[in-house]
Amino acid sequence: MRQTPQLALVENKVDASEKSVRDDISSIFEQVLGHPVKITDGTDIVEDLGMDSLGVMNFVMAIEDFYDISIPLDRIAQIQTVGDLIHAVDDLRSGNPS
Amino acid sequence: MTILAKHSAQWLVYKALREHDVNVKIDSVLSPTEGLIHGRKTILLGTNNYLGLTFDPDCIEKAVDATRRQGTGTTGSRMANGNYDGHNKLEEAVAKFYGREHAMVFSTGYQANLGVLSTLVGRGDHLMLDADSHASIYDGSRLGGAEVIRFRHNSPDDLYKRLRRLEGAPGDRLIVVEGIYSMLGDTSPLKEIAAVKRETGAYLLVDEAHSMGVLGETGRGLAEAAGVEADVDFIVGTFSKSLGSVGGFCVSDSPDFDVLRMICRPYMFTASLPPGVVASTLEALIKLQAEPELRANLIRNAHHLYDGLGAMGFQTGPEVNPIVAVAMPDRETAVMAWKMLLEAGVYLNLAIPPATPTSVCLLRTSVSAAHTPQQIDTVLDIFAHVGRQLGLLSADRRRAGGAV
Repeated sequence: MRQTPQLALVENKVDASEKSVRDDISSIFEQVLGHPVKITDGTDIVEDLGMDSLGVMNFVMAIEDFYDISIPLDRIAQIQTVGDLIHAVDDLRSGNPS
Repeated sequence: MTILAKHSAQWLVYKALREHDVNVKIDSVLSPTEGLIHGRKTILLGTNNYLGLTFDPDCIEKAVDATRRQGTGTTGSRMANGNYDGHNKLEEAVAKFYGREHAMVFSTGYQANLGVLSTLVGRGDHLMLDADSHASIYDGSRLGGAEVIRFRHNSPDDLYKRLRRLEGAPGDRLIVVEGIYSMLGDTSPLKEIAAVKRETGAYLLVDEAHSMGVLGETGRGLAEAAGVEADVDFIVGTFSKSLGSVGGFCVSDSPDFDVLRMICRPYMFTASLPPGVVASTLEALIKLQAEPELRANLIRNAHHLYDGLGAMGFQTGPEVNPIVAVAMPDRETAVMAWKMLLEAGVYLNLAIPPATPTSVCLLRTSVSAAHTPQQIDTVLDIFAHVGRQLGLLSADRRRAGGAV
């Protein structure tokens, strides 16, 4: 009932070691949305990419699985742009909790 | 421009729903299962009144008697002038029912979650929420200072993975799940969740709002049904469903549990439950225990409705429980079906995103022990009629999509 099959696809297709976080995120966006997207640090995830709140949550979970991190809800609430997301992922990967 | 202009998108949705008249006014409630809506006698099939105790003569008598003797309200907090003998008796009764050392009663179930979640964990702790948690759980998580991490709905593996990521980090971990989830009527895989809890040294809280009086040998809920009560550190619940009144509670064996009374703001800074509510709740709790046939009738009715709708070709939730959710292909069809059902004499809950998981549109029903088999048959006939009119049955199912 709550399957999100595209997420499995995401985990398999992107190779974390060779790409920057922005490239990874771009690939994951494309797979979740099903079409190519052009993103910059200033891209607004909801406004520019047309994701609803549930889409954002599922997308965030895909990112979390990909990097083996958990993004706390208060951090997610602060994420508006792709740049914010990259910043949060970098922080959490470097072990900086906030 | 007004100060509320920032909510303009929601205002448009609200106005559209209001045009459809989806916020029903029940002119008069006639019984646990019937009301007058738009002047018509209507079967109430979405009230969470699981044991049908709202019109129980003994509960009413106790409420009336307590109101006559002690007044309509307490006009104060449990910390001040609102701490009556009844509140203490109710706490003793709830603790005894769950076989726990301690119980605390709140003025609503919402406040119970708000209060308990915001005080059990704080800054430096980790709160692990099932993604489909009730709004009161999310709001309670925001009121405290804990780091909040959500895991995939009903996925012990995802929960485990996220707890593992926290290895080495200081602070307590509290896992929060619900006995029965309110939208789809599915239960938590509590045995597996409890195993994760044991392995990771986390605490476990179960919200039995929709499962108290519904699941388990004696009606204590999912923890009892799954045989893992010893692993559950805190149970939160409400009086506003199976006990037919209003109020919330938390039970635990934690020896210092009562410290919550000093630090739990949603408990301290609100008026306590009125004497009439306390009295009817106490009586309803006695009925819940003394009349197991209520639960048997409830489960019989749940099967009757769930199986009947499924046989017709409606897409229902994953488990037979008193909450029976019917998936609709889209918002427009959901609203139309809901209106047709109401016009034909069946009231149920229209559930549309963002209140529903995975953006699915639902007709959410909840059966009561008080429904008669004839009422359920009537409901099924009306569903069949509406389903045929809207092309939602059997052969049309593929068109309707596989949302549930």
